[in-house]
Order: sequence, then structure tokens, then C-alpha cells
Amino acid sequence: MKRLCVVVDDREVEENPYQPEMWRIVRRYPLTNDVNFFQARAVDVDDVLKMNYRPGQFIMGSVLGEGEAPFSISSTPSRPGLMEFCIRKVGTLTETLFGLKENQTIGLRGPYGNGFPIDKMEGKDIMIIAGGLGVASLRSLLLYVLDNRDKFGKLVYLHGARTPGEMLFREEFMQLKDRDDLKCILTVDKDDTGQWTEREGVVTDLFKELGPIDAKNTFAAVCGPPIMYKYVMQRLVKLNVPKHQILMTLERRMKCGVGKCGHCAIEYLYTCMDGPVFTYWDVLHMKELIGKGVSDNVIA
Amino acid sequence: MILKMKKEDLSAFLESAKEWGELWGPTRKGERVAFEKVETLSQMDLKATRTIIPPKKFLYPPRFTMFDYDDKGYVERTGDVPNRILFGIHPCDVHGIQIMDELFLEEYKDPYYAERREKTLLLGHSCIPDDKCMCFATDTEFIAEGFDLFFTDLKMFYLVWVGSSRGHDIVRMRPELFSRDIGKDDIMNYTEYRNWKSSQFTSKADFTGMPDIFELGYNSPVWEELAEKCLSCGQCTMACPTCNCYNVVDEVDLGTVEGTRDRFWDSCMFREYSLVAGGHNFRDSRADRLKLWYTHKLQAYIGEFGKPACVGCGRCVATCPVDINVVSVSKALKEQEVGK
Repeated sequence: MKRLCVVVDDREVEENPYQPEMWRIVRRYPLTNDVNFFQARAVDVDDVLKMNYRPGQFIMGSVLGEGEAPFSISSTPSRPGLMEFCIRKVGTLTETLFGLKENQTIGLRGPYGNGFPIDKMEGKDIMIIAGGLGVASLRSLLLYVLDNRDKFGKLVYLHGARTPGEMLFREEFMQLKDRDDLKCILTVDKDDTGQWTEREGVVTDLFKELGPIDAKNTFAAVCGPPIMYKYVMQRLVKLNVPKHQILMTLERRMKCGVGKCGHCAIEYLYTCMDGPVFTYWDVLHMKELIGKGVSDNVIA
Repeated sequence: MILKMKKEDLSAFLESAKEWGELWGPTRKGERVAFEKVETLSQMDLKATRTIIPPKKFLYPPRFTMFDYDDKGYVERTGDVPNRILFGIHPCDVHGIQIMDELFLEEYKDPYYAERREKTLLLGHSCIPDDKCMCFATDTEFIAEGFDLFFTDLKMFYLVWVGSSRGHDIVRMRPELFSRDIGKDDIMNYTEYRNWKSSQFTSKADFTGMPDIFELGYNSPVWEELAEKCLSCGQCTMACPTCNCYNVVDEVDLGTVEGTRDRFWDSCMFREYSLVAGGHNFRDSRADRLKLWYTHKLQAYIGEFGKPACVGCGRCVATCPVDINVVSVSKALKEQEVGK
């Protein structure tokens, strides 16, 4: 695959950047009603350990006969060998994908996009704020920071879901609560089970539990539904987290992943090449980046 | 390198050049002008101002197959492109191709575009501007590079710019037709030609200050008024020499898992352009889609590359059925009023 493994003696071999390589589905299970977890491994054994990517990047995934679509990577490069994806069934491609069994193949190419600026984030306190399916890309960052724990400062993980049943990776994150090297707080908008032991309320309600934060020394990574961005941004700016240290990953229609097909263009940026990770400062002066309402009325 | 050639020798030169590949040039069918495969110079109309579709269609066809696939994987389909000589490309369109080159040949080189670019010889030709031409406003009325050969018509002679090594190879097929003997009269004729060309424009296009005017007018009601008129037909994007957007679909042979992955021109004017799975549309309103196109051409690209992504060819002016084009939109934004 182009970016994964094609550096030979520092010279890039010229390949077709649209060429999907075949990957085998190793494991697949439902996380919620409409979201599945996929683990995949390169069919060509030589490619398995050569892959490299950054948290926040994405791949273009092909399902035979259905086409291609962008998917966030949910695994961390610090655990090589398998790639993991957290995928919601929303259209015909994902419908067919959900019908595939273990050992059937899919096409992958990538990784694409800028990913999180890990180099700049090292040494800083990290706040990760996930809502709904936003965890698909933030899980990669969370696991990466946990695997390289000594390279980062304090770590906070806030995760909101609509109901306990809709919380992705619920068991995995429940176990994080017991670790002493991060603060992990989980919340649901509404507990419809009567058995939820964690917080109830929206994710911004969790800010009051944070205590004092070293704002200038903090990177915040946020991904979730637009309404969540709006309120989370307000809170982070109020806390004085610098706008260029507030990171968000965005979704757009994409047909190529390599800055050619035009669909993900926003002014002079391509979400696939210049994103999908943008800073809140980008959002403030790129009006189309997030829908109206998020950046309105902000003059500061 | 600039050479000189007698006008009556052009036909013999093109005949020899055909050894390199198929000869294509602008031909007229009634009102319409299009690049067609020709056998002789006489089939071409070198006085025609613009073809309906720019030469991008040769480098980047409206529809083609990228891959054949089956359950083993995806196999690239390249290698079935003929050698072509495009004769009669105007400066604006060479500028357009240079913008396409930046996009397709730089980072993540596109093998389909690269192959066609490699197998296409660009022989430019000077042009006669009409009332829709506005290359004077985009600084694209002359061209210094990007072609293989460029012929400037100076009545009795052609001055022939040699823009590439392979262009020079074509010249070397008939060296006796070219001369290096350029004298005082030729220089004066050329100066006169430039002055004449510059005096021909009647368009009122003016893109000065566009990035700031777009920024200031982002929420202007002018966009809604334009959207009221727009038909979302996408003809502007098909006719624009710098529009590159495409869509990709997998076609399946019925009852099998084999098929082709096809790529075809898309348009940001289409409603589905920014629609993602799950039904969210990032540009549901026609005003937002119009704004994207014009912002991209006249604001964002200038910010990024210091020049507009408009080469002044006038095709949007000639094509749009409801008079929405770079001239009318920039004027409407400046005057805060949509012209009738």
C-alpha cells in the first residue's frame, strides 16, 4: 500500500495511489445495534508488519461490487499487525460489509490525511472528548497515548453516548476507569436500563469534575456530533485552552482520499489531505468547516 | 527556442507529424466547435474561438475504467491510450492544463492522467478573442510554457515556440520547414500582434480584489438571488478547463463478483456532491454549492497559488443557460446586485 509500506531506500516507488490491497477480516462483532467492530490483517504476509500510520488518519475501504468509502482507523500504530475499524451501518456499502464473514476480504488503501500532530502533543496534557461515533478515530489516539504514557502529561478521557446500549467500546472503557494513569469519565444522555453506574447528562457536564487544568499546556481532541462541538468548544475556550491546541476530526464525502476528486474541498483545503484533523482556529476562519452555529458569534 | 515557418508549410508539417500519433483539432459543425480526429489541416477551423468542451477531455476523459476486479482483487487498467497530437490549443487552455498538471501530477501522481499526458502532444495556436474572452483579466492571454509547440499566426509566417524536447523532435521530422532566421520585421510583426490581441477584448471582467470581496460577501443575499436562477445543471463544471471533480462507482456484471471500477466527471453543482452515507448533506442548498465553486475559483485558489483557478476562456459565459458565470458573479458581489 502506498503510504503503508512503499518506502524502499528512502525512494518512493511510483505506484497507483488508487490501488486497493486485499485485507482479510480477522474478527468482527457488534458493538451496538448498528455499529460493528472489524479487525483486519493484510493478506500478503509481507505487508503485515510494514504498515505504519498516525492516530487520526483514515483509509479508503473497498467492498467488492459496492465501491469505496473513507473509514477512520480505530486501532493504534503502537500495536502493529492488525487494523481495527468501528463502522456504523448507514448505506449500501456498509450493509454489504456487515454481511461479510471472518476470512472474507476487503480492499484497503492508505493511510491518508494528516492525523493528530503527535510530535507537538508530546509532553503536553491531553484531553480527549468523544461523542457517539466520534470515538472511532479518538480511540486510536487514546490507545496511542496509553501505550506511550511516559511521553505525555496528564490524560483525561471524556466519553458521552445517548444510552448505555449505544456506548461504543463500553466494556473496554469501563476497565480504563480503574487505571490510575488517566481520568476516564463516561456519561449517557439518558439511562434507559436502570443499571448504569456512571454519569448521566451531556458530556459538557463532566467539565466540572476536571478540577484545575493547565490550559496553555493542554491539547484537546474532540470528535462527535455537530451539536457537541458547539458546546464543547465554548467550554474549552472558556477554560483558555489555546484555539490552535483544540483539535477536531471532520467527516466529508470522499472518492479518492488523495486530493483529486474534489468532494471534500473546503475553500482551499482538502479534508483528505489537509485534514481530517483541524484546529478550532481553522474552523473559526474557514466558515464551511463545521456547519453554521459552531463558530458564529465568536470574535475572540 | 523560437523558430519561423511559412504558413503554407503547416499542412505538410502536420502530415509528417502524424507519424507520432492521431491528429486532433478544432472542427466546426454548424454553431458548435469541438476537437475531432482529422486527417488534414483543411478539416480544422483555426479561427474558431473556443470548443464547447476544453481539451481536458483527452487527458482526463469524461468516463473511464480505473480497475477491473474480481474476488482476487483490483487490477489496474492502463495502457490502452493512443498517441494523440492536439493541434490548435489556445493559451487559456494550455494554462488550464498546467493547473490540472499541478493537481494530478504532483503529490500522489495520478497514473491515468499521467499516461494520457505522456501520450498527448500539445500543439498550441494563437487565437482571435471574442466578446466572451477574458484572459486579459486572469493574466492568461499569452503562454510561455506547458505546450510542446506553439504557433503564433503572423499573417505570412508562423512564429513557432518550441516548448519541450519532444516538441523539438517533431520539428526535427521536417527541419527544412523551419528557420532560425528571425529579423527586425518579425519582431515588429509580433509586437503588433500582441497589441492587436490586447485591443480585441470587450468583456468587462475584473477580478481585482476578489479574495477580499468574497470574504466580505460571504453572507450576502446575492448568493440566494443567484441560487434562485441556478438550474444545478452542472454544465459550467463540464465546460470549465480547471474543473477536475470526479465520482467513482463500481459496476458489477450481473450474477458475478466481477466488474469494473469506473470514474466519471462529477459536478459540485449536483445536490449529491457533498452527501454522505446516513443522509447528511454538507451543501444541501444551491446557494452553498454555487458559493463553493466561485469561492474555489476566485478566492481560495488565489490565496493558495496567487492566481485565480479561472483561465478566462469564457466557456461558462457561453454555456450557462441563466447567465451565471465568473463575470456576472464577481460583478454581482462587487455591486451587491444580481444583474438581469
